[in-house]
Amino acid sequence: MAAKIIQLDHAVILDLIKPQSTVLDLGCGNGDLLYLLIKGKQARVQGIEIDEQAIYKCVAKGLNVFHGDVDSGLAEFNDKSFDYVILNQSLQQILHVDKVVTDALRVGKKVIVGIPNFAHYKSRLQMFFQGKAPVTEALPYQWYETPNLHFLSILDFKKYCRAKKINIESNVCIDENRKILLLPNLFAQVGIFLISK
Amino acid sequence: MNKENKIKNNSVGLVKTQEFTFDSLKLESGEKFGPVTLAFETYGVLNKEKTNAVLIVHALSGDAHAAGVHAGQDNPGWWDEFIGPGKAFDTDKYFIICSNVLGGCKGSTGPSTTNPKTSKPYSLDFPLITINDIVSAQKRLVEHLGIEKLLAVVGGSMGGQQVLSWLVNHPNSLRSAVPIATTIKHSPQQIAFNEVGRQSIMADEHWKSGNYYESTAPVKGLAVARMIGHITYMSDKSMAEKFGRVKKEAQAPFKFTADFEVEGYLRYRGDNFVKRFDANSYLYITKAMDNFDASVNRPLQEVLRGSLVKVLVISFKSDWLYPAYQSKEIVKACKLAGVETTYCEVDSTYGHDAFLLEVKEESHLIKHFLKKVFYAYEVTGEYGS
Repeated sequence: MAAKIIQLDHAVILDLIKPQSTVLDLGCGNGDLLYLLIKGKQARVQGIEIDEQAIYKCVAKGLNVFHGDVDSGLAEFNDKSFDYVILNQSLQQILHVDKVVTDALRVGKKVIVGIPNFAHYKSRLQMFFQGKAPVTEALPYQWYETPNLHFLSILDFKKYCRAKKINIESNVCIDENRKILLLPNLFAQVGIFLISK
Repeated sequence: MNKENKIKNNSVGLVKTQEFTFDSLKLESGEKFGPVTLAFETYGVLNKEKTNAVLIVHALSGDAHAAGVHAGQDNPGWWDEFIGPGKAFDTDKYFIICSNVLGGCKGSTGPSTTNPKTSKPYSLDFPLITINDIVSAQKRLVEHLGIEKLLAVVGGSMGGQQVLSWLVNHPNSLRSAVPIATTIKHSPQQIAFNEVGRQSIMADEHWKSGNYYESTAPVKGLAVARMIGHITYMSDKSMAEKFGRVKKEAQAPFKFTADFEVEGYLRYRGDNFVKRFDANSYLYITKAMDNFDASVNRPLQEVLRGSLVKVLVISFKSDWLYPAYQSKEIVKACKLAGVETTYCEVDSTYGHDAFLLEVKEESHLIKHFLKKVFYAYEVTGEYGS
């Protein structure tokens, strides 16, 4: 574990979270991010994950995790139960996006959203020149096997926040190994947002 | 204990049931009842700080013999695959206690016990006990063993009800709780199945209002009750896999012999059960299960609010007797109360029986959960992945 390089998106999210916070990770996967939050930020964490095998991995890390889907998992929490609610790489796979974001903003004081950018130049090139649904590092699936239900860009999410009167407190855009400052909607593969209402 | 044997089989080896007797127990009804004897077994060693004790609580037909073997017998305890060196309940680390419930018939005081006042079995003079009474008696045993705070209380089915009773009534006496395949309160369907079992016993002419101890026991009625039970413990799929429509070998051509494998199995399980279980105990214990409600008087989340007990809830996909939605209600209460909780719905085809049979997944969950609670790893973060 010690030798493992921390994924850049995890490092960005770690930077956004204040020490000793309470954190709920929706779609926490194997629990790598939550584990880092405990070690690096002494956070009190809770995960929600639909995949049974991922649950076993979380439990082996000593994490608290609920087996269930994100869509219904939020409804049962009280208002402002957590300092942060994380939706990292899960929003695009959720059926009722708006409902979940609204509920996440109810349950968490702040929400961190990480999305794959559909408008990355590689996607644009593949669509424009090859005439095919894009397959990139951030969107690694063929159209017939993708778990993604929604395809959005960094710009789309910003527009969504504006329309819903959600504050974007911070926005970091990255590709695989660095932050993208110039034209992120064209050059970033992932957008990470710290939002609140 | 043969050490070589212990290592080879990962068994706790030869074990003996012990007894603990105390003068009286104040029941939930207000009545004082006694003397009370609890049969119990322990495995592993209690550490100096007395922080490694785990109480395992059994289901309807279980007993104190959870692991190892009794002298001269081959059959291991009912949860043997989970208890032993290196297993989920690692006896090299933890001190495991399991006792037969109050009202039972495997060494603890119950309706078949001789009433010291009359020198006859209590029969229906035995008081109507509750799950909370069963737990009060266990608490006396735990105190008797010198343990102030249990590391965990763990159990499935009716055992899970006892876990919830511990959680609600004695939150300061445990550090963690593992309710498995259980419910906050029985649904009408669960009560209905138990009632058919009870009616079957009481309809047996030998039941005689419970006074059968000096004559023939109501074995037919009890066997049918157990047959119904077994149907509810399995799933459609596990039955199909186990029996299919396979017919037993050709037999004497009676019209209603047990032709199908499943019929033979149920009869066999029913006939075996009556050799080891008391019909009146079955009535008392199933009634206690039906009456139990962990949320009585107030919602469970209100009771749990502020509790530092860590909770692991486990359910099984094909369990239709204690369906996953009932476990999720426990989880919901924990969520609303802000209690540290983990929940897993294990993909199993075994039905309710899964809590006894899904060794790999269940062991993994329990083992790591106990480790976390015992070492409080979530604070020091010393986990490897």
